[in-house]
Amino acid sequence: MEDKVIKGVGFGILSPDEIRKISVTAIITSEVYDEDGTPIEGGVMDPRLGVIEPGQKCPTCGNQLGQCPGHFGHIELVRPVVHIGFVKHVNDFLSATCRKCGRIKLPEEEIDRYLKIYRAIQSRWQSASKRLVDYVKKTASKATTCPHCGTEQLKIKLEKPITFYEEGKEGLTKLTPSDIRERLERIQDKDVELMGLNPKTSRPELMVLTVLPVPPVTMRPSIMIESGIRAEDDLTHKLVDIIRINERLKESIDAGAPQLIIEDLWDLLQYHISTYFDNEIPGLPPAKHRSGRPLRTLAQRLKGKEGRFRGNLSGKRVDFSARTVISPDPSISIDEVGVPTDVAKILTVPEKVTDWNIEEMRQLVMNGPEKWPGANYIIRPDGRRVDLRYVKDRKALAEGLTPNYIVERHIMNNDVVLFNRQPSLHRISIMAHRARVLPGRTFRLNLLVCPPYNADFDGDEMNLHTPQSEEAVAEAKELMTVHKNILTPRYGGPIMGGTQDYISGAYLMTVKTTLLTKEELSKLLGPVKYSGDVPEPAILSPRPYWTGKQVVSMFLPDNFNFRGPANVSSGTRICKDEDCPHDSFILIKKGKLLTGVFDKKGLGNQQPESVLHWLIKEYPEDYGLWIMDNLFKLFIRFAEIRGLTMTYNDVKIPAEAVSKIAEQSKETRKEIENLIAKFERGELEPIPGRTLEESLENYILDALDKLRNSAGETGSSYLDPFNNAYIMARTGARGSLLNLTQMSAMLGQQSIRGERIKRGYKGRVIPHFKQGDISPEARGFIYSSFSRGLNPIEMFFHAAAGREGLVDTAVRTSQSGYMQRRLINALSDVRLEYDGTVRNISGDLIQTFYGYDGVHPMKSVHGKAIDINRAIERVVGWKR
Amino acid sequence: MRSSTKKKVDPLSYHLTPKHELLTAEQAFEVLKSLGVTPDQLPWMRASDPVAKAIGARPGDLVKVTRKNPLGGEVVIYRYIISG
Repeated sequence: MEDKVIKGVGFGILSPDEIRKISVTAIITSEVYDEDGTPIEGGVMDPRLGVIEPGQKCPTCGNQLGQCPGHFGHIELVRPVVHIGFVKHVNDFLSATCRKCGRIKLPEEEIDRYLKIYRAIQSRWQSASKRLVDYVKKTASKATTCPHCGTEQLKIKLEKPITFYEEGKEGLTKLTPSDIRERLERIQDKDVELMGLNPKTSRPELMVLTVLPVPPVTMRPSIMIESGIRAEDDLTHKLVDIIRINERLKESIDAGAPQLIIEDLWDLLQYHISTYFDNEIPGLPPAKHRSGRPLRTLAQRLKGKEGRFRGNLSGKRVDFSARTVISPDPSISIDEVGVPTDVAKILTVPEKVTDWNIEEMRQLVMNGPEKWPGANYIIRPDGRRVDLRYVKDRKALAEGLTPNYIVERHIMNNDVVLFNRQPSLHRISIMAHRARVLPGRTFRLNLLVCPPYNADFDGDEMNLHTPQSEEAVAEAKELMTVHKNILTPRYGGPIMGGTQDYISGAYLMTVKTTLLTKEELSKLLGPVKYSGDVPEPAILSPRPYWTGKQVVSMFLPDNFNFRGPANVSSGTRICKDEDCPHDSFILIKKGKLLTGVFDKKGLGNQQPESVLHWLIKEYPEDYGLWIMDNLFKLFIRFAEIRGLTMTYNDVKIPAEAVSKIAEQSKETRKEIENLIAKFERGELEPIPGRTLEESLENYILDALDKLRNSAGETGSSYLDPFNNAYIMARTGARGSLLNLTQMSAMLGQQSIRGERIKRGYKGRVIPHFKQGDISPEARGFIYSSFSRGLNPIEMFFHAAAGREGLVDTAVRTSQSGYMQRRLINALSDVRLEYDGTVRNISGDLIQTFYGYDGVHPMKSVHGKAIDINRAIERVVGWKR
Repeated sequence: MRSSTKKKVDPLSYHLTPKHELLTAEQAFEVLKSLGVTPDQLPWMRASDPVAKAIGARPGDLVKVTRKNPLGGEVVIYRYIISG
């Protein structure tokens, strides 16, 4: 057969003749099966409609299950019925055309003129041609007499969803589908064209059905539930309903039943056929199953997230994938992923047998599917698949292996796999890792790759996919490996980096007071891949000691220079240059950390223009991988050895401080009482642009805010800045100063919608206060600290504010999720062409030059093509 | 309420309006050739757009818009004038 190229796809409406032509049989009876359960010929499960049981041969095409595509049947409707999907078009045609002669109700010259314009713009100016059609429809519908035959026109009224009426002088007359069909038949082809349809494929009268196609059984298979009861598909049920009503309607007509009964039955037929197409029509009660469940008819199969388009065509379920809970493993490399043996025995990679791997492959085949590393299938050179589960003598099979066999072997260490966590919001939600088969039942990942996946270990699950071809593996390796994606195109900085304990560990290690003996140094460097020399110890007597800064410096390249403040450089410990008594200014010269500590600003994730950023950006990818695997391992190991916990004592403040804070509270309370008194006397100075009440509220909020701040300051001034909780807050590892003051000093104002809590009963939030009480404690101010404990009323306010936070996050995620879906759909075909322009799939020019600066954000520095300051710093080098 | 008697503002002299130039047929042809596009693949601009009216652009014309790039330099884009 010669090759054909698809030039286009056209859509049209099937005519009754076409439906009869594609049909293999007319469906005439509502009975489906006879007593012994065989399908009745002429019923909806007629065997000629296709094969649904294995082993059966199709009477129509002779194929077996899987080969037979299924065949359509048809139902001859006794009376025509309007197709629910075309009601709008039918309405347009009825209102725009003459009820007698069927012409568009515009003068002949105008029709010709518009048609000429329409034909000229139709192919190129789709949107304009649509507007023209709309205009024609609108003006034609307004005509009261037909300009062609002079007949007086009545107004067409559509009563939703499907009934058409004509509004005459003596009230409404109903238009039956037969009337409608007759009128539509009278419309001329050229008028149809001007109404925006192609008369060759879509004559308007075809929108009123006279013959209904019956879809093949292959798309509505009946399923056997246990105990041998057959359950029919929803569509089959619906078709049976349609045939039954059709039969009854026919009998009634033949028997000469009264017009009223016939019309009722006709409406019923219309209802059934409408719900057969779409069971969610507004204004029509949905057709229900016997159990009360609404039927899933044609439109429902296509629509929505789980419908044919979004659920089966845009997205599919895939083989060679796995999903489990994730857990951390700081000892594996960042580009590895721990795969449970149970998973490794199911996921396979096809590997071709060659002269060089034949022995290995034989061993895998002998191990079989049960033992890792083994194989699940082999594919013989003739293309036959052998399932190793059912092979008796695997040894013989292994012996018979020759080159050109393909062995589907288990996943083994260092195989490339793709690792993914939903929601996949950015490209680094899927990255390529090297598999590492480990005991246990969870996927293991290095903690440094948590930020890109946004993963934690409170029960998160992740997916794993195994590329099946060399091309796929190569592509994954080159584009998706973890260490090629440390810098993110989102903002041109490192998205991976230290979190939590890595940061506290780095701080503790690099802090001035850390001195390490030879034994401690050995213990630290033990698990680390470091092959360079150990420097001269900084302290020689009474015994050799290495500083933490020296240890870190061992990992930095010799030509690396950096200067910048650390995260701890804030508040009273701020430093602007290396002359720093607090050791909070990082200075690295020739790869030696001279002053400053490593903390969030130095090595944290999502910290652009940091030490880590330059290390990753200015040195090869392998170095980035190495430093993340080894230096960071050192940090947690150090934190582990030193120990890092938090205790009640870390947030406890002395009685003196407590009384000081109580004193401040008392003063503020008095101040607010004064404000309220002043307000009541009408002496309060209003803030410009605000009412008196609003001003009072503002004054109170200001006073309370001041109180919380001063209480926090008082509280934290009594805390030891070098206790563990404080260290974590200062270095940015976890928690903030605010968290600490809330624990030690005072919780402060709880708010809902950014205001003091005021909703509840009339004039008060809870019945413990008087109506109209606007004192701080009645509106959600909490004087207590977490360490002292909250009283029940405070607890209530805290819970109320906490709940608002939860609701906010839930709402925000769903809203931004939908927003992103729409953005992705709108932008999915935009691409960068070789000429540097940005265009969509139809070649429309979006940008003349990518981003109007041509900068790839992933290769940029925090969004800029070059960072001048860093460039100068690199040129000046260590001399400064 | 904005009164209709308010004097008309010249959109070209407004400081946020980028520079618009009407291209001659030859220039337009050159531009289309260099970008490798048909006119309808360029971004559109209605003939009723105040700026289009101000420079007298008619449907079918090409307009060169030169605007400042917040990232530095100038950006040149072209608009195809459509009716409406």
